[in-house]
Amino acid sequence: MAQHNPAVPTQHSPHLAHHFDTLEQQYDAANAGMWLFLATEIMLFGALFVAYAVYRFVYPETFFEASRHLAIPAESPWYLRSVFLGTINTTVLLVSSLTMALAVHAAQTGKRNRLVWLLLATMVLGTVFLGIKGLEYFLKYEEHLIPGPNFIFEQANRNQAQLFFLLYFIGTGLHAVHMVIGLGLLAYLVFQSRKGRFTPEWFTPVEMGGLYWHFVDVVWVFLFPLFYLIGLHE
Amino acid sequence: MEHHIIPLRTYFTIFGALLLLLGLTVGVAFLDLGPFSVVVALSIAFAKAILIVLFFMHVRYSSRLVQIFAATALLWFFFMISLTIADYMARSGDWPPSPDSGPLSLAEERRLW
Repeated sequence: MAQHNPAVPTQHSPHLAHHFDTLEQQYDAANAGMWLFLATEIMLFGALFVAYAVYRFVYPETFFEASRHLAIPAESPWYLRSVFLGTINTTVLLVSSLTMALAVHAAQTGKRNRLVWLLLATMVLGTVFLGIKGLEYFLKYEEHLIPGPNFIFEQANRNQAQLFFLLYFIGTGLHAVHMVIGLGLLAYLVFQSRKGRFTPEWFTPVEMGGLYWHFVDVVWVFLFPLFYLIGLHE
Repeated sequence: MEHHIIPLRTYFTIFGALLLLLGLTVGVAFLDLGPFSVVVALSIAFAKAILIVLFFMHVRYSSRLVQIFAATALLWFFFMISLTIADYMARSGDWPPSPDSGPLSLAEERRLW
């Protein structure tokens, strides 16, 4: 605990809120709060993964066929197959996580220009990810794989396959919504860091934005193999 | 504010490992490993997630409280998934009724419950 002597006015950072003793303590509270929020996010996506696990457990053959349909549709060139687009997208997201981690490092070491450029790079990569995701959704639309009255699946278990695609669209859609929110947070961070708001002494928003971005990356790390990769082998 | 600054080298090393694991998981998906393919895919996914959480999200260097929060979130997720799957594993083969089999009669409904 910091010792306060009211007789001596203490110099303290303008970023230090009055209910904290030190910046260190304030940072620890922010970090713990952010992780508590991420824990609730794990529960949100977790319910989706549980639904996936149940239906994959109950309908393993249909999930294999449906994933095959999703990843390697018969009549499309290799560069329009979801297994290719999805692998590219995973790489894009991993690179964006690297640029985000480097951005936090730049904030820690007080390199303002580098921080701005790395945040912008992360935004560009996030936008590329959403663009490729949009292309994939369009291709699924053309292949009549959107659940609903126009859903076409030329095999007996049509409705079981619809469940797979429903989970695919809700899972990747919820993930894409998180990406859009992440892009908004990054835009705010770019704006603030251009004004020189962050210093090696105080850069908590950059660190918290980074945690959010990496979390969204972790969700994709699980979505990708579970939806794209389970129907590839013969 | 005293912070552990992770050297840039570490970030690039972790990134390289993540790319390798991505290549591995895509490559292995083309092999027929039977029931092990899901085990391998999830093991690789967890390995990637752990690398991101420990290094990119700095949990390895964070306070014990944050480490407990992260671990607890995972633990609760395992409770949710294991209890749910245990329920389905304990039920008879025709539960839940397939969405392709049409509506059930009341007698069938009673038998399944």
